[in-house]
Amino acid sequence: MNYSFKVSCRKERLQSIREFIKATLQHYAIPELALSQMILAVDEVCANLMIHSHHCNPKDSLELEIFVKEHKEVIFEIRDKGTGFNFKSYQEPCLEQIIKDRRKGGVGLLLVKRIMDHVEFSYNDEIRSNVYRLHKYIA
Amino acid sequence: MVEVKVQITEEHALIVVNGEVDASSSIHLDEAMQQAVGSDVKAVLVNCKHLTYISSAGLGVFMSYIQELEARDIKFILFDMNETVYKTFEILGLHQLLTIVDTEEDAKILTHEL
Repeated sequence: MNYSFKVSCRKERLQSIREFIKATLQHYAIPELALSQMILAVDEVCANLMIHSHHCNPKDSLELEIFVKEHKEVIFEIRDKGTGFNFKSYQEPCLEQIIKDRRKGGVGLLLVKRIMDHVEFSYNDEIRSNVYRLHKYIA
Repeated sequence: MVEVKVQITEEHALIVVNGEVDASSSIHLDEAMQQAVGSDVKAVLVNCKHLTYISSAGLGVFMSYIQELEARDIKFILFDMNETVYKTFEILGLHQLLTIVDTEEDAKILTHEL
C-alpha cells in the first residue's frame, strides 16, 4: 500500500506530518517504539528541508509518500523542488564539539542515519524534484 | 504544540514541559532555559512527565546550555521522562552527558548531592 501527503513549508506543519504517519501506520504490526522513531526521522528530514532548502517559504511544499511492504519494510519518500541535499556528503558531527560550541542544531540528520536502515537521495528529471528515500525494515 | 512553564525558587528553577518540542516549538523551551539559567539558582530541573515528543531542535536547546551550566556550577537534571523520549536522548548518547532520573524526588535529592 502507499499513502501520500502534501504540506507547505511551514514548521508549524511538522505536527501534521507526524500525525499523518501515525494514523497511516498504526494499523500495521509495527512496535510502538519503532513507529515513534520512524516518525522522528521523517520529521527531522522535513524540518531540515523546510528550514534549509525552502527557508520556510509557505508557498513551497513537500510531498511525503509512504510505501508499506507488510512485515518487511516501510519506505518514506519525501519529494521537493528545493536545493538538493545528498546524504552521501553528510559527515557525522562530533557531539562534544556541538556542545562546546553551544550550537542548537546539527544532530537531526545524525538521528535519521541512526534510526533508519538505509537513506538515499536522487533527482527525478521527470517530475523535476529531489527525492529522499528513508527505508526501515520491520520484519 | 508545547507549553513550557518556569518556576523559580530560592533553591532551583523548575521547568515544566507539556506537549511536543519540535523545530517550530523549541523556541519556547529555549526561552524557558534562558530564564532558568539567567536566574540565580544552584540547579535547573526539568519535569518531562508531559513531554510527549522531542526532536533534534529540542535536544539542541538542552545541549546548547550544557557548557554554561557547567561553567557556572549549576546542576542540570531532567526527570520523569517517558520511554520513547528517553530513547531519543539515548540514540545520540545524550543520556550519558545529561543527568536523567526517575522522579522529582530523586532530582531534588541529587541537587544536594552532586
